[in-house]
Amino acid sequence: MILSFKDKQLYAIKEKIETNTRLERHDGITLYQTFDLIGVGALADFVRRKRHGNKTYFVYNQHINYTNICKNRCLFCAFARDRQEQGAYMYSVDQVRHILMENKRNHIKEIHMVGGIHPNAPFEYYLDLLNTIRHVRPDVHIKAFTAVEIDHFSTISRLSLSETIKALKQAGLDMVPGGGSEVMSDRIHDELFPKKIHRTRWIEVMKTVHAEGLTSNATMLYGHIETDEERIDHLIQLRDIQDETNGFTAFIPLAFHSENTKLSHIPPTSAYLDLKTTAIARLMLDNFSHIKAYWVMLGEKLAQIAQTFGADDLDGTIIEEKITHSAGATSSKGLTRDQLIHMIRSAGFEPVERDALYQPVEKKE
Amino acid sequence: MNTVASIIDAVYQGQRISEDAAEILYHNAPLLTLANLADHLRYKKHPDPVVTFVVDRNINYTNVCISRCKFCAFCRPLNHKEAYVISKEMLDQKIQETIDLGGTQILMQGGLHPDLPFSFYIDLLTHIKKKFNIHIHGFSPPEIEHMSHISGLSHRKTIEQLKNAGLDSIPGGGAEILVDQVRYHISPNKCDRDTWLSIMETAHKAGLPTSATMMFGHIETPTQMVTHMIRIRELQEKTNGFTAFIPWTFQPDNTHIHVRKSTAWQYLRVLALSRIVLDNIPNIQASWVTQGDKIAQLALSFGANDLGSTMIEENVVAATGTHFRLSKEEMIRLIHHAGLNAAQRNCTYTILQRFS
Repeated sequence: MILSFKDKQLYAIKEKIETNTRLERHDGITLYQTFDLIGVGALADFVRRKRHGNKTYFVYNQHINYTNICKNRCLFCAFARDRQEQGAYMYSVDQVRHILMENKRNHIKEIHMVGGIHPNAPFEYYLDLLNTIRHVRPDVHIKAFTAVEIDHFSTISRLSLSETIKALKQAGLDMVPGGGSEVMSDRIHDELFPKKIHRTRWIEVMKTVHAEGLTSNATMLYGHIETDEERIDHLIQLRDIQDETNGFTAFIPLAFHSENTKLSHIPPTSAYLDLKTTAIARLMLDNFSHIKAYWVMLGEKLAQIAQTFGADDLDGTIIEEKITHSAGATSSKGLTRDQLIHMIRSAGFEPVERDALYQPVEKKE
Repeated sequence: MNTVASIIDAVYQGQRISEDAAEILYHNAPLLTLANLADHLRYKKHPDPVVTFVVDRNINYTNVCISRCKFCAFCRPLNHKEAYVISKEMLDQKIQETIDLGGTQILMQGGLHPDLPFSFYIDLLTHIKKKFNIHIHGFSPPEIEHMSHISGLSHRKTIEQLKNAGLDSIPGGGAEILVDQVRYHISPNKCDRDTWLSIMETAHKAGLPTSATMMFGHIETPTQMVTHMIRIRELQEKTNGFTAFIPWTFQPDNTHIHVRKSTAWQYLRVLALSRIVLDNIPNIQASWVTQGDKIAQLALSFGANDLGSTMIEENVVAATGTHFRLSKEEMIRLIHHAGLNAAQRNCTYTILQRFS
């Protein structure tokens, strides 16, 4: 680690980390409030290297957003449309098949599929989507449907949560992405996403997903109206669930992009907040294996730097990102495998291509 | 013994780093270790947690250039349809806008035009100084070398005449990498290392402050990059005329050097190393123009204490006002979010206004 911390408060936290002592709420808040960014990074880097050494993971993946029609209309979203609104779309199962066929020759290992909460589509549509992907791409992992979508499916199918998840799993679902929890605070829920499920329901869905034998990710949308305390409380809630289920694989901090949203007056996140959030996640979430630097939101340059601020994963090729780009993201819409490897290697890390479940991909050259 | 730990220890104790040791650090020190050391040195030199910037405009009086460096996407041949030499009306308009937007200086640089006489440059300066009260930061060493060539005057006489006509300071451009093997490949027609250094020395002796730059991330080796820094440090030891050092990364698009763009990782390493090696240069500038606002903000923890200029966009006359205001506000916001204080400065780093 570095020779000396500029902020002397960090010595006490260093001691805890070196002795594997769990950080408390007040430690997390201290980490957010210090301006010793390099100090916070060095602590997170220590933990990251202890867990993963020099390895950085990435995945050859493709995003599919089956619809942007959504009845939730969260204030922070630039992607959603009403049904009759210009630009509204919903892919037919055939269209999804076509999108998959276009990339059939790529060695994709993961399909990441999420969409809006459509008011009319029947549960069968979603099962058909999974069946189709499974059929066209028997060799990929399907990571699809956030807890918010799963809750919705349970309503429209009139099945219990666990029956809903069983049906999805049978149709081909391998893993659940971490979206939809935003910041788990009642204040923020009421202000920004009142129509979306409450955190208690999000937690219930995730616990059921884990109980049904599927793993999931977890996220936090930061950089809007939340306070340092609310961020730390969010992380602690995730840590508590993980203590119970051990079903989370990766945590992904999501930097808020305000363009074209109802919160467009909020400026973009700063590099300080981005890197601190990554590092603090690594330090607080001591029971999570992976912390992801999502390059779509951080930008490629900062995502590269995040590798030494606690992140051990750079997500993937993505091929075509839609959601953050509707909110003004200036990063690329996709990266090649070669570009990702360069981002990792030129920072002195060792690239490891993985599948959705973080198993290394056998190299077939 | 030259291990990373012993080198860092020695630097902490105030020892000047050697060329070899700098290269060892560059290759082997972890990124955050470099940042930590650079940040320590930054505060030793500037205990005030302030980050400065200047409000100015980049005015390129011509894009005609006979140097045709391989890394350049700006220059045009004399008869090219996009070739231009700025008119006095356009010049006046640009300067007036700069002043209206709170600007204090113009950065005036251009290509090495084959036909313009020396009187053109003298006239440019005289004209500006007669009409406006503004600091002229202009004419990098290759331009001065070119003027000396066309006027038949020595470097010293050329610089004196420019100074008498109103030149206030000289930008550090055209340094690229101060190693002739590199210059021979990327800019064979541009002045060599010794000429660049000697023009700067002459300028300093004539009482003109200058900055120094380094363009890296093309064909140079780390050894050559460190050598560049050492050359600057040696001259500074003699003249103390450099106000700032500005490393920036080569942008390969639309040029004749086909390499991958350097990464943010490399940029931050080089930036931190600049602060560590250049212990006699007061200011290290972050390059948001090449790195973007996020990495520029991060640079403030890697040894930089200055964000350069708000740089009113060239050729986007209609949108200039809005663009500028946002840039300045954005800059202040970035500085504040890093826990630092923001201040507008002039060309010689005197603080003009603090923002809270």
